[in-house]
Amino acid sequence: MLCVENLHYSYGTINALSGISFQVNEGEIVALIGANGAGKSTTLLNISGLLHPQSGLIKYQGVDISKLPPHKVVEAGISLVPEGRRVFSRMTVLENLVMGAYLKKSRVEIKESIERVFDRFTRLKERRNQLAGTLSGGEQQMLAIGRALMSKPKLLLMDEPSMGLAPMLVQEIFSIAKEINQSGTTILLVEQNAYMALSIAQHAYVLETGAIVLQGTAEEIANNPEVKKAYLGE
Amino acid sequence: MFWQQLINGITLGSTYALIALGYTMVYGIIQLINFAHGEIYMIGAFVGVVAVTVFQLNIFIALFVAMTVCIIIGVSVERIAYKPLRRSTRLAPLISAIGVSIFLQTLMTLIAGPQAVGFPQVINDQLYHIGSVTVSKVQVIILILASALMVGLQLIIKYLRIGKAMRAASEDYDTASLMGINVNRVISFTFALGSALAAAGGVMVGMYFNSIHPLMGVMAGTKAFCAAVLGGIGSIPGAMLGGLFLGVAEVGGVALGYGGYRDAIAFTLLILVLLFKPTGLLGRPIQRKV
Repeated sequence: MLCVENLHYSYGTINALSGISFQVNEGEIVALIGANGAGKSTTLLNISGLLHPQSGLIKYQGVDISKLPPHKVVEAGISLVPEGRRVFSRMTVLENLVMGAYLKKSRVEIKESIERVFDRFTRLKERRNQLAGTLSGGEQQMLAIGRALMSKPKLLLMDEPSMGLAPMLVQEIFSIAKEINQSGTTILLVEQNAYMALSIAQHAYVLETGAIVLQGTAEEIANNPEVKKAYLGE
Repeated sequence: MFWQQLINGITLGSTYALIALGYTMVYGIIQLINFAHGEIYMIGAFVGVVAVTVFQLNIFIALFVAMTVCIIIGVSVERIAYKPLRRSTRLAPLISAIGVSIFLQTLMTLIAGPQAVGFPQVINDQLYHIGSVTVSKVQVIILILASALMVGLQLIIKYLRIGKAMRAASEDYDTASLMGINVNRVISFTFALGSALAAAGGVMVGMYFNSIHPLMGVMAGTKAFCAAVLGGIGSIPGAMLGGLFLGVAEVGGVALGYGGYRDAIAFTLLILVLLFKPTGLLGRPIQRKV
């Protein structure tokens, strides 16, 4: 479904990605794990069109999307849950969701999508007319996920969804990700919390200073002694 | 006396507010002070004059024509002078804006000549007396039009799809594009709205003072910029409040006998407000995005 080939990206003179390749198959959850500064977020920003790679290809359903602007990438069916949630804090919960469906023309369809998000996140329904900036961190993360789902993406990119959340909420967010996947959305998940990410993913890639150093099924990665030592704290 | 000056101040202030809205909306989205905005206002006034004298149009149709012409010019200025500099340093488009401003002033001086041009009296000089207050028909029309435009703007921003996109983009440009919003289109639309309001302001000021000038945009633009900063740059209600506040203060200052300091009042006020409230009257506290 998504095939990244030899992706290079640098911020000025600082190399962030030095030729990474990986792929995401339809229906899977793929985890991209690694420490701070390994290039995980940069990878997602390149896929979503906010950054454009210096070289390399990002093929989505066989077509290179590496030069598309973000709104075209959304149109193609890829949606990003950005790092740090980035909800529109001066807009209401409902308005945030409507923004997520910006490309959808049918009011009925938008309404159905909103209902679906509210079914999944009942707390958002209670707070539908509240400004997003007044929500708690966990609620904002749910809103960010709900908002990304409003465009009915085929591929959902999640950037550090567990960041800054209480352990119980982290559990909840990951089980939600699993549910979303089971209802037919492919997920590319970027996480520092390797343990949780590997527990729901099928495949995983380990990123270190801009290069992929390890890849395999989530189980293989989780049992790799190096990974255990570096990321799982054993 | 007080009420009379208040009405006069609000009339002047509402034209400042119309111009200030353009500054604040553009700043809200691309963090650019569009120094050419005063010139759009000036061109609006000239188009208005041409429409009512050469083409003998009704003043309201002339207003509409001026707004349309200025939308085209405002959007083109953004395309030609600012868009290519979008990813460069913040200073580059600012300097480009100053360049456009000088270019448009000189161009209009070349076309219309350096002297003031009379704006024909298109509204009869009927006066209305309400108690001790005397209001001219022009003032009534300006107040009604300006309020209608500002209410219209609020409705666009609150309820229209593109208006919501504007709010989203002004809050978080990148995340807005992740929603599928074509931010270039939103920026063009913002320039269009701002230019239309400035053009309306230009025609109204022409009607009010019966005289326009190729350099009229300099002082009016600077004052409206003060109004926008005074109200809190980026804030739409702030620009409206700032404009009205400035108009009332200016007229009040003149009435109290400080006519010679007329233009200094705006800048003094700006300095005072910024000393005590650096983000402006309705500005939000500065937040850093993480």
